[in-house]
Amino acid sequence: MIIEALAFYALAGILTLSALLVITVRNPVHSVLFLILGFFNAAGLFVLLGAEFIAMILVIVYVGAVAVLFLFVVMMLDVSFADLRKGAMQYVPIGLVIGAILLSELILVYSVWGFAPETLDNRAAPVEKFEGLTNTEALGNVLYTDYIFPFQLAGLILFVAMIGAIVLTHRSRPGVRKQSVADQQARKASDVLEIRKVQTGSGA
Amino acid sequence: MAPQDLLIEYLPILIFMIIALGISGAMVLGSILVARQKPDPEKNSAYECGFDAFGDARNKFDVRFYLVTLLFIIFDLEIAFLFPWAISLKGIGVFGFWSMVVFLGVLTVGFIYEWKKGALEWE
Repeated sequence: MIIEALAFYALAGILTLSALLVITVRNPVHSVLFLILGFFNAAGLFVLLGAEFIAMILVIVYVGAVAVLFLFVVMMLDVSFADLRKGAMQYVPIGLVIGAILLSELILVYSVWGFAPETLDNRAAPVEKFEGLTNTEALGNVLYTDYIFPFQLAGLILFVAMIGAIVLTHRSRPGVRKQSVADQQARKASDVLEIRKVQTGSGA
Repeated sequence: MAPQDLLIEYLPILIFMIIALGISGAMVLGSILVARQKPDPEKNSAYECGFDAFGDARNKFDVRFYLVTLLFIIFDLEIAFLFPWAISLKGIGVFGFWSMVVFLGVLTVGFIYEWKKGALEWE
């Protein structure tokens, strides 16, 4: 279908372009916004592949949460861009060395990359039963029963992340007046309010 | 569902995107072409109650904003796991139900911890 091909090239083109702009644009806030644009286009590509659940999760989790987190980090950095660019050139040699090491590692990995023969069976196994089901349904049918161990592990990882975030960043501040809802509710008018009869004309 | 049917269901979204692109492009182009342009540096400067801007807007934010977002992401992911479960609950039976209840239970322990620790309070 011609529309499908056109949509693919438009989405892929914008995705590549915005990914390029993420690393080249000067203002970090702009680069985060280009990252969000890239996430949206990647979601569109997933829809083209027929993986609509992953596309929606990409929008909900990455655009909704992770991108906001990136924005916070960028805002919190407190960087002066002039200072940042001043000494950047002196790090070029070491950057090139690290880049070359990473590149050679990647080449080494990809040149010997191969799948064990059993993995192909693994990949094919869950697909056949789900002819005529939507993505989300097919996922739900196996995720909570057949794959219960990874699922519970995901829960534990989220739990550790929650505790870790609180332990690392939460500190109690002394001397701050907090609202106590229970005290407010328990307060009665008779405790604090007193009605007095004032004689007319006897005021000083 | 065949991939082709699925894509046809998404066709309205594509049409909406094209219309939105066309309208916003027409607005930007129209204002460039039709409106009178009188550029002035004062029009681009920040307006802060008539004074020059006192300082940079780039301050360090309180780390508590970060904590709130992090907790939001965790519960966002929890919701993401709930969608397929809700759809196929009929098929996966009691085992699937209790599997999710255990998952939610673990995260509820974390939720109680953060509540008791006061991480949700702003002061």
